[in-house]
Amino acid sequence: MTYSYFPGCTLKTKGRDLDIWGRAAMEALGVELRELPQWQCCGAVYPQAKDEIAVRLSAVRALASAGELGTDLVTLCSACHHVIKRVNRDMRTDETIRSRANTYLQLETPYAGETKVLHYLEVLRDQVGFDQLQKRVVKPLTGRKIGAYYGCLLLRPSGEMEFDDPENPSILEDFLRAIGAEPVVYAMRNECCGGYTTLENKPYAVKQAGRVLENAASCGAEELITACPLCLYNLQVNGGGKLPVRYFTELLAEALGVKEGAV
Amino acid sequence: MNHMTEIVTRISGVNPRKCMKCGKCTAACPAYDEMDYHPHQFVDMVETGRLEELMNSRGIYMCLSCFACLERCPRSVEPAKLIEAVRLAVVRQQGRNHLKPEQIPALLDPDLPQQAITSAFRKYRK
Ligand code: SF4
Ligand code: SF4
Repeated sequence: MTYSYFPGCTLKTKGRDLDIWGRAAMEALGVELRELPQWQCCGAVYPQAKDEIAVRLSAVRALASAGELGTDLVTLCSACHHVIKRVNRDMRTDETIRSRANTYLQLETPYAGETKVLHYLEVLRDQVGFDQLQKRVVKPLTGRKIGAYYGCLLLRPSGEMEFDDPENPSILEDFLRAIGAEPVVYAMRNECCGGYTTLENKPYAVKQAGRVLENAASCGAEELITACPLCLYNLQVNGGGKLPVRYFTELLAEALGVKEGAV
Repeated sequence: MNHMTEIVTRISGVNPRKCMKCGKCTAACPAYDEMDYHPHQFVDMVETGRLEELMNSRGIYMCLSCFACLERCPRSVEPAKLIEAVRLAVVRQQGRNHLKPEQIPALLDPDLPQQAITSAFRKYRK
């Protein structure tokens, strides 16, 4: 299995660990993630206004480039996934956005949303399979009580993200079971942590992160996992260390025995 | 329809008249306490042309883009899109950027991901 891969800016800098362990784990599972030869920042927030074209172009370039290579496009950061998946849908369904973006880009073949966008977790669930993953685990995380933190961007709007049940998701809990851990379900796992306002309204981000951690801890979680560098930052730094928060790829690499030495 | 209402409904693609005033968006909003006008009021105020009050409100910078309102609205009104459109109507005006690059160094800390800075620039300035 070979995919094009869009890491995004944060995964090359502050969120490096999400990428390093993610690539090492997929390699161990026999899945090839080929980083796109050229890519730019996705913009980190989906432009909801219909007349904002320029801010959609980096996503369109990545999508068209994966299409030219004849591969599906895999993302790992929740924000990149959200932006690229929704812009792809715009290119498929919104005639004005499609024609204006193509006028800007002047690609050899105009792009109309043909590329399939998959989140890393969807590759694990639907291509590798959690049952197969389970068989490849060499160091199961037995006895560890872990809360999955979904946040917003992977789940909503569910009609566009088509990722999981937005009110009662299960993909991360199934993942945790596959690597031998004990998932802890808590109410705030799909509520916003407030991370986007950390620069604008820090006291709120701190308060909201505290609520999420409080809720997870009261349900018995001893650590949390996430796929979003901003959630990780907000829960860990603004959350004041109430629970350890890790990238899900770190635990995956650990369970597959490839965490040490991954670069 | 006044001029601003027309701009905001056009760039958001939202039809505020679909709203049935159930308040579910506001009940779902995690930033409720931070907002002077709540999501269901936003929809109502756009419909009734009270754009100036919205454009001067603090709420346009408090929305988290969490899409809870949009997900849970039984009428697919998509309040988050209206809030973004009102914010854009403000920051697109000359001299109305809400965040300046000079402010960033004081806000940085060693763990802050790039994503936080990029998204703030995208949301708060043009
Ligand atoms: S998107 Fe904004 S208005 Fe809607 S629920 Fe989230 S914070 Fe509230
Ligand atoms: S949830 Fe939808 S219908 Fe109900 S008040 Fe909010 S915008 Fe109107």
